[in-house]
Amino acid sequence: MPCKKDIPKMLEISEIIRESEYHKTLFFKHSLDCKPGQFIMVWIPGIDEKPMAVSYLKKDEFAFTFHSIGKFTHTLAKLKKGDGVGIRGPYGNGFSIKKNACVIGGGVGMTCMSTLIDALKNPMVINGARNKDSLLFHKRYKNMITTTDDGSYGRKGFTTEVLNEQLKNEKIKIDIVYTCGPEIMMKKIVDICRKHKIECEAALERYMSCGFGVCGKCMINDKIICIDGPIFNSKQLNEMPEFGKFTRLKSGKKVSL
Amino acid sequence: MLTTTLCGIKLRNPTVLASGVLGVTKECFDRIGREGAGAVTLKSLCHEERPGHVNPTMFNDGTAFLNAVGLSGQGIDNAVKDFKRLDDLSIPVIASIFGYKIEHFGQVAKKISKLKPAMIEANISCPNIEYGTPYFADPELAAKVTREVKKNSGKIPVSIKLSPNVHNIKDIAKAVEKAGADAITAINAASGMKIDIDARKPILANKIGGISGPALKHITIRCVYDVYETVKIPIIGTGGVTYGKDAIEMIMAGATTIGIGAGIYYRGTDVFKKICNEMEAWMKNNKVKSLDEIRGIVHK
Repeated sequence: MPCKKDIPKMLEISEIIRESEYHKTLFFKHSLDCKPGQFIMVWIPGIDEKPMAVSYLKKDEFAFTFHSIGKFTHTLAKLKKGDGVGIRGPYGNGFSIKKNACVIGGGVGMTCMSTLIDALKNPMVINGARNKDSLLFHKRYKNMITTTDDGSYGRKGFTTEVLNEQLKNEKIKIDIVYTCGPEIMMKKIVDICRKHKIECEAALERYMSCGFGVCGKCMINDKIICIDGPIFNSKQLNEMPEFGKFTRLKSGKKVSL
Repeated sequence: MLTTTLCGIKLRNPTVLASGVLGVTKECFDRIGREGAGAVTLKSLCHEERPGHVNPTMFNDGTAFLNAVGLSGQGIDNAVKDFKRLDDLSIPVIASIFGYKIEHFGQVAKKISKLKPAMIEANISCPNIEYGTPYFADPELAAKVTREVKKNSGKIPVSIKLSPNVHNIKDIAKAVEKAGADAITAINAASGMKIDIDARKPILANKIGGISGPALKHITIRCVYDVYETVKIPIIGTGGVTYGKDAIEMIMAGATTIGIGAGIYYRGTDVFKKICNEMEAWMKNNKVKSLDEIRGIVHK
């Protein structure tokens, strides 16, 4: 008889940090065997269950960080220390860990990059967001280049412009680019990497129900994001016509991004 | 060795992706074909687009796999545009359909027929939606749905998917056969529920869901046995097949082909290849040359 289990486990929130105007982090005193790039499913009983990246990972503690944007995250934002949420996972494949890395996070995509940055040795980090209020973890890391679309913090402009500049600088050696953020941004980054013939890994997202490869809702072309991904390499991304162009709704209907 | 014919459709092996698991996109059906399935069944489509239930929609607590996805689907009109045709893949495609009213079954059958699926499966038995109940529990209504789908499917064979959540599966099987069904898919998930005692709430957002996976197998075997006793049309035995020996058991109970759904959860998307290899190994060890030798053998 197969011995498998995938069911939420109710855990108490041990600490809450307000990271910015829109972002909060919930901590749990619980050990989670998780690799950078893997994700967990977070259940608020009676509300919904959603995939979340792990944003802090220690031996006996983990946390996830969210952007309050809809019913689920607004409910999360109201939870207090001691309240319980259901956690299952981790799921997915995770990033490879390679030297001479450049890590690019866009908006709340920085949550997914954070445990990777912790695991890498001094990677170059580019952190971009729409504006100052949407920036996440801009004080968590040193040697980080920060951009905002409106110039309200850091450099005015986009992460892709910074990447192009860094790649032209012969003094800097970049062998791999890791990214998580809006898919349009990631698509541009993958294209830039292809042009410069450097490796790239991107964390993809689609509407997800199960997280363990059964519901079929998170398909991108023939790939099942929750088990084949969520991290895909340049070769895989270059063979995905839907990447950067189409997504699927909760119903499965294909729509433009 | 495993070649099987179902309603005139030649399958390279009897494993069929069951409806509800992964069958959302065309590229996915194609992949399941590459992973070794004999045929694939689409996730059920109806006359309109449905987002399905909110999460959690599925889990496995170690003793059973439960789901209540709530028949999410892009709806027949979007699907027609998305799939274009269903006869251009490496393996036969079974299109699963449903409706809220009897006429919806006919409308959807008519539209999906134009895409030329190898077979149409009418899902009259989803345990997770309110209007599902009357069709699967009443022989006369089940027969009406069958006639409506048959009327709108041209020459495409039609299978009716039955529910285990009834006391009279034999009567229903007989009624749909008489109404013209070409096959019977037995069974849909068995109704069940799980409460998280720490959260003090049912885990599924829909509260009640359908049990599938190994916990369902003995119920499936009994239902396939009962249906085989009652009708002459072929049976797609679905529910709880995880290993080759489960598939052999299903064939012995009388199934022509084997539906596999939760098996993907337990053993991955290449579960079809694994199960076929195990079936062949069992057949070699037991000097069985063809599945026809053992099909329905327990009835003799």
